[in-house]
Order: sequence, then structure tokens, then C-alpha cells
Amino acid sequence: MDQYFLNLMADLREQEVLDLTKEKIASGVDHLEILDSARAAMEIVGKRFEVGEYFLPDLIMAGEILRGVSELVKPYIKQKEETKKKGRVIIATVEGDIHDIGKDIVVFMLDVNGYEVYDLGVDVPAKRIVEKIKDVSPQVVGLSGFLTLAFDAMKKTVEEIERAGLRDVIKIMIGGGQIDERVREYVKADAYGKDAIAAVNLCKKWI
Amino acid sequence: MKTVLYGPRGKELIIGDDVPTVIIGERINPFGKNGIKEALEKRDIDPILRVAEEQISDGADALNISVGAFGIDETSVLPFVVENITKRFDVPLCLESRNPLAIKRALDIGCGKPLINSVSGETHVMEGLLPIIKAYKTAVVLIASDGKGIPKDSDSRLKIIKDILEQTDRENIPREDIIVDAIVDSVALNAKAALNTFETMKMVKREWNLNLILGASNISYGLPQRSFINIVFLSTAINYGLTCAITNPRILKPYIMASDLIAGKDVLARRYISFCKALKSR
Repeated sequence: MDQYFLNLMADLREQEVLDLTKEKIASGVDHLEILDSARAAMEIVGKRFEVGEYFLPDLIMAGEILRGVSELVKPYIKQKEETKKKGRVIIATVEGDIHDIGKDIVVFMLDVNGYEVYDLGVDVPAKRIVEKIKDVSPQVVGLSGFLTLAFDAMKKTVEEIERAGLRDVIKIMIGGGQIDERVREYVKADAYGKDAIAAVNLCKKWI
Repeated sequence: MKTVLYGPRGKELIIGDDVPTVIIGERINPFGKNGIKEALEKRDIDPILRVAEEQISDGADALNISVGAFGIDETSVLPFVVENITKRFDVPLCLESRNPLAIKRALDIGCGKPLINSVSGETHVMEGLLPIIKAYKTAVVLIASDGKGIPKDSDSRLKIIKDILEQTDRENIPREDIIVDAIVDSVALNAKAALNTFETMKMVKREWNLNLILGASNISYGLPQRSFINIVFLSTAINYGLTCAITNPRILKPYIMASDLIAGKDVLARRYISFCKALKSR
């Protein structure tokens, strides 16, 4: 792992990171090694965010840089590798709620971290989520909601998933402004996450 | 346009272009770290009354009351809080809820003429709240969002407001009793968030000359040192016709006083000077 590259990226120095990536590619450095360093840098970014050193725009900036690096190495990735995503995740804001900012950040961060993300949008009925689970067999389902009434919709969604006999084959994470352990218990989700970094960490743990 | 609110014992509050920008104290809500949530859960009114009193002494003209959170039954807790606050203070209220029963029960207590916050373009929200607003002759905040979320562009926001206005007209709710929230996203992720809001405000002013309200906290979500942003945002919004802000008076009051002065709302700086004198003697 290239510590210099890693630090540049963790410090969000976009242009320098992209230039160095081009140099590395030109001098024949293995693209997987570049991606490894980039992902390690994302871990550091996540930690800095968690301790309050980085803020929401920093997180998105880091994601943009990772996306830029991925674009640069893409032509060198063999077809077989490219289709190899880390895992499949369904994300939706539950029925009755339309808040999408937090959900969109989660989708973005999971995507740049190498997960196949199916974003079902907002105000998504339980039935549609169940259908999508049957359709793509994800390892993780993430339910988002900001309003208090979203918690009932989340609970209902988990029940529907259970009724369809799919509860044991997936992990369910929930997130949204007011969610805490008590809400998780009420909804009967496997875990809750405070932010997009938490969502990424949960998926890493589960998949 | 002139909107008039009343406290439970008749204290009058005017919202409009030619009067000082009204500050509605935001702090009675279950989302902060000030112990309100726990107090609401335990129905312990003292911490809530304390926050009410602090905000009034910090210069709040009215108080926003928001109690909706997981595990809290708005239909009983909102009336409980309203009853206790009105017993103690003659201050106009802003009731933040979409639950018609909670609002109705709170209004039955008799809290003067409050502001109901808020009615969106969703049919079930309009159908639930507008008849109550009409029957109790309250004022109301119309918010530029609908079942699809908050539109990014000002034209779509204006369209939603127009649709809600059609319904309020049908219910014969007077235009004076309507205040529009042009709504704002965080500038953390959307660089044009504030500009979209200002553009919407300009259009609402031009089309209907209605009073305008904003909450100050969304704008800075996800960013450090949020009050810097909140201060500049609200101060700028005053120049776009904001007549009413839901915010923390302790932080924002001085800046709103200064903004009013700059916006030409404080002739010979009478209010600004007396505010500063009071600060000095504190």
C-alpha cells in the first residue's frame, strides 16, 4: 500500500490524487493496488467524519475522489473483476416518508465503496421492497425514514419481509434523523446507523 | 400583508413588512440535547417552562411547540404542553404538528390565535388540517413540499404553494392568515440551496405578497459552526422579504435587530439602540 497516496486522498487533495493515479497507471502499477489504497483512505475519511473532524461535504468530496480514481483505473479492469461487486444492498425510504437527503448519501457511499446498490427511492411500500428482495436477493436491506410515522412503516416492512419468508436470509439496517436503539427494537431491524459511514461499516460487517 | 397572532390573554403580535421581523423561539422540540425529549416523555413540565421563559427573555415574540417523536403521543402531549405554557405566559404560539387531533385538542384549550405549522401540498394533510384552521380561525404556514418531497427549483415550489392556496381560498381562509415557508435544504450538499429559496420567496412576494417564514437550522445541516451560516442566511432572507423566523433567539436576536435596521425597518435605529442598551445593563 502506498502511504503517500493514501494520505493525499485522506486529506481530500483531489487533483493530486488523480494526477498520481495517472502516473501510477502509466508506470504500470497494478490497478488493484491503487484501489486498495483508495479504499483504505476512505476508511480514514470515515473515521475522521465519526470524530467530527470531517463534515458531510468532506464525505461527498472523498466519494467523488474515489469515483474519479475508479474511473481512471476502469479501462484496466478485466471484465470478470468488474462484475464482482462486494455485495447487493437495497435502499429505500419507507412508505409515507419522502426524506431523501440522508438516503441518497448512504446510496452514494455504498456505491463508491463497491456495493451493488438498488435505490428504490422514497415513499416505497413494503410490498415493493419484498418484491425487489425476491428479484435481486440482496444481503442487506436499508430502510430510511425521518418522520415518526416512518417507524411504523419500517416495522410493517420488516413484518412483510418476515411473512414472505425472507427475514432469515437478509440483514436489515435502519437509519434517519431520530432513530436510536429503542426504535430499532420496535422495528425489529438488525441494526441502526447514525450516518452513511455507519451504513458502510454495517455492510462490511455483514457481507 | 399583515398577519396578526394573539396570546391566550390577548397579547397581540403583528407579522408584516413594516414591523420588526418576528422571532419564533424554536427550542421546545424533542430533537435537541436540552432535555426536552425526556421532559415530554415523563410529562415533566418544569424544564419546558424554563426553556419557554428563557426564550421569551432572550427576545422571542412567539414560541414554537413541537412534541412529535417516537414514543410520544402528540394527541395528549401537545395539549398538555400548550395548557401549561398558556397558563403561565401570555405569548402567541406556533403549533408544529401534522396531527389534526393533536392540533384540535390543543386549540380547544384556548391559546389565543396561534400559527399552525404546517400544511404541505399533500392531500391528506390539507384535508386533515384546513377545516380545523378554518373553524378555529388560526393562522397557518403553507410549506412548499408535497408527496414527492421538496422540489429543487423555485417554479415547482411556487406551483405547490399555488395549489394549496386554491384549497385555502375554497375554505375561505383569509390570505392575511397565511404565511409561506419557501423551505430550504442544507448548503452542505446543494450549493444553490439558499438561492433556490430566495428565488421562491421573491416569486411568492410578487405573486401574492404573502408573509414569509423560514426555519434557520436546515441550511447548515452537516456543517461545522452552524450559527455562522444560520445568521447570514436569516439576515439575507430578511432582504428577500422574510417577516418571521423560527430560530434560537439567544443567538439570532442581535443579528435580526441589525438586519431590520439595515433593511430599513427601524427608523432612527430606535429599536436597535434600546436593544443594545438593554444588553449593556444585563
